[in-house]
Amino acid sequence: MTTRLRVLDDGAWISVDDHREVRVSELWRLDAPGFCGCDLADLVVETFQAVGVDGSRVEVRVYGRCIECGETGITGWIPVGRVRAGEFVEFDRSHIRRERRE
Amino acid sequence: MPTDVENWKSEVYGNEIRDHLFEFAEAGFDSIPDDERDAWFERFKWWGLYHQRNGQEGYFMMRIGTPNGVLEPGQLRVVGEIADEYARGPGTNPIFGDAYADFTTRQSIQLHWIELSDVPAIFEKLEENGLSTQQACGDSWRNIVGNPVAGKDGQEVIDAWPVIRELNETFTGNDDHANLPRKWKVSVTGSADGSGQGDINDLAFEPAYKEIDDDGDEAGDSVGFNVRVGGGLARNEPRFARDIDVWVPPERVPDVAGGLSALFRDNGDREDRYNARIKFLVDEWGPERVRETLQAEYVDFELETAGRDVREEYTYNAGEGERNDLVGVHDQKDGANFVGLNVLVGRMGAADVLDLADLAEAYGSGEVRLSQRQNVIVTDVPDDALGEFLDEPMLEHYSPSPSPFMRGSVACTGTEFCSLSIVETKNRQVRFARWLKANAELPEDVEEFHVHLSGCTASCAQPQIADVSLRGMKTRKDGEPVEALDVGLGGGLGEDPGFARWVTQRVPVDEVPGAIANLLENFADEREAGESFRAFVARHDDEELDALVEPEETDYEDPMMHNTKRTWYPYAEDDALEDAPPTPADD
Repeated sequence: MTTRLRVLDDGAWISVDDHREVRVSELWRLDAPGFCGCDLADLVVETFQAVGVDGSRVEVRVYGRCIECGETGITGWIPVGRVRAGEFVEFDRSHIRRERRE
Repeated sequence: MPTDVENWKSEVYGNEIRDHLFEFAEAGFDSIPDDERDAWFERFKWWGLYHQRNGQEGYFMMRIGTPNGVLEPGQLRVVGEIADEYARGPGTNPIFGDAYADFTTRQSIQLHWIELSDVPAIFEKLEENGLSTQQACGDSWRNIVGNPVAGKDGQEVIDAWPVIRELNETFTGNDDHANLPRKWKVSVTGSADGSGQGDINDLAFEPAYKEIDDDGDEAGDSVGFNVRVGGGLARNEPRFARDIDVWVPPERVPDVAGGLSALFRDNGDREDRYNARIKFLVDEWGPERVRETLQAEYVDFELETAGRDVREEYTYNAGEGERNDLVGVHDQKDGANFVGLNVLVGRMGAADVLDLADLAEAYGSGEVRLSQRQNVIVTDVPDDALGEFLDEPMLEHYSPSPSPFMRGSVACTGTEFCSLSIVETKNRQVRFARWLKANAELPEDVEEFHVHLSGCTASCAQPQIADVSLRGMKTRKDGEPVEALDVGLGGGLGEDPGFARWVTQRVPVDEVPGAIANLLENFADEREAGESFRAFVARHDDEELDALVEPEETDYEDPMMHNTKRTWYPYAEDDALEDAPPTPADD
């Protein structure tokens, strides 16, 4: 089954199968050593730049800012959820999110 | 590879969307196929309909484009009646109530909570009265802006209103220009005050004189427009429009505007929407190549070089000088007066809209105009009616001589309805302005002070051109995530426009009013005699300015510190997303 993934409305949303599933304006604890010098970035999600898949995992690249150190930029690929039996399930936002290592 | 949006546009776009829109309205919201919703919501924008954010499924923001902000006699009443009948949803705003109209920074009108099933009736009423939502959003010519009192302004160099009308007629519903790579914002200004804010538009026509030697006769100054291209504020990539060294007489404006729109259509980036605005093409090409390409491929006459502009006279949103806005009583060139009324954050309840329509008919011609500072202007008020008009009780609230903190406030839509915003904005700016009015002081000789609050980097409140720029952010306070604002200082237009410098980051929202009050106190203490706030900012570096901001808790209380985006509506009693109302029934 094909899953339709899109960044919509100037990067405000990740749409999965025409449903708005992941939104900006959240704070993510992010393990992304390349993004800033903090052990864990405290990232304000300002806009989504891209969406993709890695197996069944849905991944995004985000423009945002770490509110610990003030660094801004675009992240690498961050898994945000999984598609199971055609349904998208977002990972718990209160958990640490990890940028995929290449 | 073209984006999904480009693929959808290549299948159905422009005028033809309307038939589909009406079919869906007739058959009901649920008739939009599940796997086509993203595509149709994207297309509906071209007809001025923007699906509201998560939790408000099935409700739309409707934007009515009013070229140059001109509402002809009777049209404001129509807007008020539509707002009253249709712009009512399941959420009640604690400050503005249940039905209201928003006057925007691009001289348009936005209504919220519009249901799809009501769209045909609304369109019928709008169109019967000469109003339209066509191209109010989407990738095409947007509402054309300018000096709202074009044709009446005593300070006018050239009447831009006929030019704007012709552009609007030529490029609305024009299939050759209906599908552009991205939005296309045009400003045409004929006054010497800079109130068309051309510098922040994709395409700007600004008044200029040119010595034209017609048929060997003695040369004389002709009045027309200089052309600038590639301005815009969004996405942390602010640009002022670049001078392409072209002067154009009024009768040639549609040719040059159409040529540049076609140049953008053919050369803009359709593979990356973040790189699509013409400002990025101007970055890449430079203004010289834009001019050369326009001349070689898009116009069939010899372009004139730029004429003598009047930019040294620009005062609008300039941070100093006379007439920073159009609020107050001003002379028309026909001897009557136009009266600019302050509409705090641009929002007016439907009942007030109808009352204002009554006043405009009673004291003026019935015409009302909208400014880019979200205010309304009642035109054509004769001298002998002026005193009585100014005594009207309504003008105590919508004042022609408001507190600088009320007058200077501009705010975007924010998380109340917008998908992209990070923080609550309109109600917050109302609370800020009221607190500042009661608690902060400006030096006696400073009469205007602009505070613009934008919920995100899209910059719909034009934050970078204010004295104090506020932009939505997050921070942690006592370990808890709270809404916050970045603080920028010293932006403004004028002869030499400049963007605000972001000097203080992530101020918790409850400390922002204290920060502004402290900043003003420091400004009053340390300014040179007669120095404007903008000039004061200009002679300090970022670190010095950061030290002057001093965020502080005060008796200001902010009820919206939490993540307002995690609510279906921030002001609902049961505001959780799972308490969101169902998609509206089709009736």
